[in-house]
Amino acid sequence: MALRKMKIRAWSEKNDTASVKAIIFHPMETGLRKDKATGKLIPAHFITELKCDLNGKTVLTCLWGSRVSKNPFIAFRVKNAKKGDTIKLSWVDNEGMSDSGETKIQ
Amino acid sequence: MKQSRRTFLQASMTACTVAVAASAGLLTPRAVLAAAWPKSAFMAKSVNDALKALSGTSSTANSKDITIQAPDIAENGAVVSITVKTSLPKTSQISILVPHNTTPLCASYLFTEDTEPYITGRIKMRKSSDVIAVAKAGGKLLSTKKSVKVTLGGCGG
Repeated sequence: MALRKMKIRAWSEKNDTASVKAIIFHPMETGLRKDKATGKLIPAHFITELKCDLNGKTVLTCLWGSRVSKNPFIAFRVKNAKKGDTIKLSWVDNEGMSDSGETKIQ
Repeated sequence: MKQSRRTFLQASMTACTVAVAASAGLLTPRAVLAAAWPKSAFMAKSVNDALKALSGTSSTANSKDITIQAPDIAENGAVVSITVKTSLPKTSQISILVPHNTTPLCASYLFTEDTEPYITGRIKMRKSSDVIAVAKAGGKLLSTKKSVKVTLGGCGG
């Protein structure tokens, strides 16, 4: 299954903090939904773990269940971050698929 | 050929044993727990069970230092935007739970010294319910809740 590449924005704010916003394109199936055409349950398929790295060091780990919305959006703030630093997000889902994306702090 | 089959079998047996031991909670140093996805917590059917599986205890104290920003009325339960922030020092984890969902634990965020205890995300809600935010600060569990009215459920089924 081809998924669209995630989008990340990061910009520096006062006091050396940076705001990060990201949207990841993923179906996030709960396993409770039925396929309307066949009447069968659609198997659960969701991101279990999302890691956020600042210059290669993990600063935030998100543990997700299937109750996180489709195409998850996330916003958080990182301390001690300067313009030009690298923010990298990488995820793994329950079927072993994974993806990552990175951006520089603006 | 035979030799390699034997080694393969042995290797897979060892892998299985380790997996079983880990899932049974025999290998539970903090680092392992933090790195592995806590399946039992996400599969738990009640808030207390989920918290127990996640943090080892289900006793939480109410705190005014945690703020949940969520809509009072969510038109679409499939996308409910939730922001949780706290002024508690040394917050290492924030979990978001919805008691009326079939499995209450939605998400759990592990913070480090380099992140502010602030998170925005979107969750699904089956029906009108409280949203509970549990923060782990200095080894204690503190929580707060906010009620959200859902006009259209968003978990399917």
